[in-house]
Amino acid sequence: MHEAEATPAWVLLAYLVSGVCFILALRGLSNPESSRRGNRAGMIGMAIAVVTTLVISYRPTRICVTAPANDPGYYARCAAAHGNELNLLLIAAAIAVGGSIGLVTARKIQMTAMPQLVAAFHSLVGMAAVLVGTAAYLNPAAFHIVDAAGAILPVSRVEMGLGVAIGAITFSGSVIAFLKLNGNMSGAPILLPLRHVINLSTLVAILAMIVLFAMAGQNQPPPYFFMIAILSFAIGFLLIIPIGGADMPVVISMLNSYSGWAAAAMGFTLHNSAMIITGALVGSSGAILSYIMCRAMNRSFISVIAGGFGGATSSGDAAAIDRPYKRGSAEDAAFLMKQADQVIIVPGYGMAVSQAQHALKEMGDKLKAEGVRVKYAIHPVAGRMPGHMNVLLAEANVPYDEVFELEDINSEFAQTDVAFVIGANDVTNPAAKTDKSSPIYGMPVLDVEKARTVLFVKRSMGGVGYAGVDNELFYRDNTMMLLADAKKMVEEIVKSLG
Amino acid sequence: MDFISILSIFVLACFVGYYVVWSVTPALHTPLMSVTNAISSVIVVGALIAAAAAGSASSKWLGLLAVALASVNIFGGFAVTARMLAMYKKKERPAPQGDNSHA
Repeated sequence: MHEAEATPAWVLLAYLVSGVCFILALRGLSNPESSRRGNRAGMIGMAIAVVTTLVISYRPTRICVTAPANDPGYYARCAAAHGNELNLLLIAAAIAVGGSIGLVTARKIQMTAMPQLVAAFHSLVGMAAVLVGTAAYLNPAAFHIVDAAGAILPVSRVEMGLGVAIGAITFSGSVIAFLKLNGNMSGAPILLPLRHVINLSTLVAILAMIVLFAMAGQNQPPPYFFMIAILSFAIGFLLIIPIGGADMPVVISMLNSYSGWAAAAMGFTLHNSAMIITGALVGSSGAILSYIMCRAMNRSFISVIAGGFGGATSSGDAAAIDRPYKRGSAEDAAFLMKQADQVIIVPGYGMAVSQAQHALKEMGDKLKAEGVRVKYAIHPVAGRMPGHMNVLLAEANVPYDEVFELEDINSEFAQTDVAFVIGANDVTNPAAKTDKSSPIYGMPVLDVEKARTVLFVKRSMGGVGYAGVDNELFYRDNTMMLLADAKKMVEEIVKSLG
Repeated sequence: MDFISILSIFVLACFVGYYVVWSVTPALHTPLMSVTNAISSVIVVGALIAAAAAGSASSKWLGLLAVALASVNIFGGFAVTARMLAMYKKKERPAPQGDNSHA
């Protein structure tokens, strides 16, 4: 049974093709037109990988069909030794159950809940990696990673150890991220005393366990493998609880990256090129997104991971509370925007929370009917995950060529009559450009204050943004505060526009 | 495949990933995350091998559970990506006005 059979060339080619399909899936996302084709390429790649694996996994059973004539019990013994058709039924059932849960979720989920969904999906990839790693540990012969004596090869041990560790971190980290994003757990950072010491020593312990696991002999080694898994579950949990709500775009991109590295590590164990290519793609994708998010917040990756940002709700000077500001009504806002040549709408997480995107689109249409140019400006970290606002606007049928990124539209505010800020706060705070003592100093922000008038939709004057800093913008002469629920306010403006 | 060939594939794929992902438009970053989620479930390959293999019952059941989890992700991930991508539409161009400037 330990015959080291070489993988047939067509199998290697099939996995390569599926890897190429995954590259095309990501390549397609360079613009919305080609993206749908890309997604189909991804599905084809996955189908090729799954079918190929099923076919080679069942090869031994088919070999058994050519039984020697003088041995009537051969087929039963051979099939029992190599797996049998019952497994195929169970596998089909597992795919059917998992697949239908996935399809129903994908159909029902609200676009505003996309960050939670992605976090939940990441946790599944992580768990699957842990399960596959454990299965390989328990039955290494099935994965062809044993030496002549039946012991797991040292290289494979390192790969398995890393794969399980990264998978477990992805799992527990994503579960915490999900609970925070879904509101089951407070978005505020939870700071344990000595957390950096605890985290670092846990990481060191995991690496030590991997080394010990690789060097351990075959004669009943202590359960290093399971220690790796348990410690990694713990570190994933510990790493994410101190990170606050506003840093979620980085966390979710980082977990995306981890799920890729976990798949790559398992690919090394299984010598599977489709898994390695995919793991590398997903790993770099998540890493690049984390980098883009950090850059958009002017934070270093290390400081985000260290956590604790946005915890304290009041910054140094509390004197700012009673400053005078101008308050406007929906009618005022409607009047101002109707007179304008150009209105730039700046959406943020608050728009997602109050589901105001459809009302906003209606307002935009009304304004366009009045001859006003309407554009949307998106800050990279608006919302809870990269591209969150773009999806919500697309859902409301806002054409994507009216939606602009920060660097493409920032120079236009100076020639704009009205900037309409809805549910965004920190990303418009001029203190990021002027106040060196501000926690958000240096973060690229949208220059909304350069517009002739700023309309700022906000629930009340009380709350501050996630960075916990007051916004200078509220008290400026050209700012009019529209204090109400975002959706209600926009609906009233639509009514006033008539 | 020996370790070095695998490592070569991995390193080259990292470079491909780096350049391909930078060319993704920021407007599609959310679909990028959901599709990478779906494709990283190619780990189902390992789960299928474990589930189909004989020799260890616990390994088989772990494999089956992993197949189910990865399937949630594969079907859910591609479906939700398709649903999002279908929403991205271009501005409907107004009917072309008679352009007589090039008489």
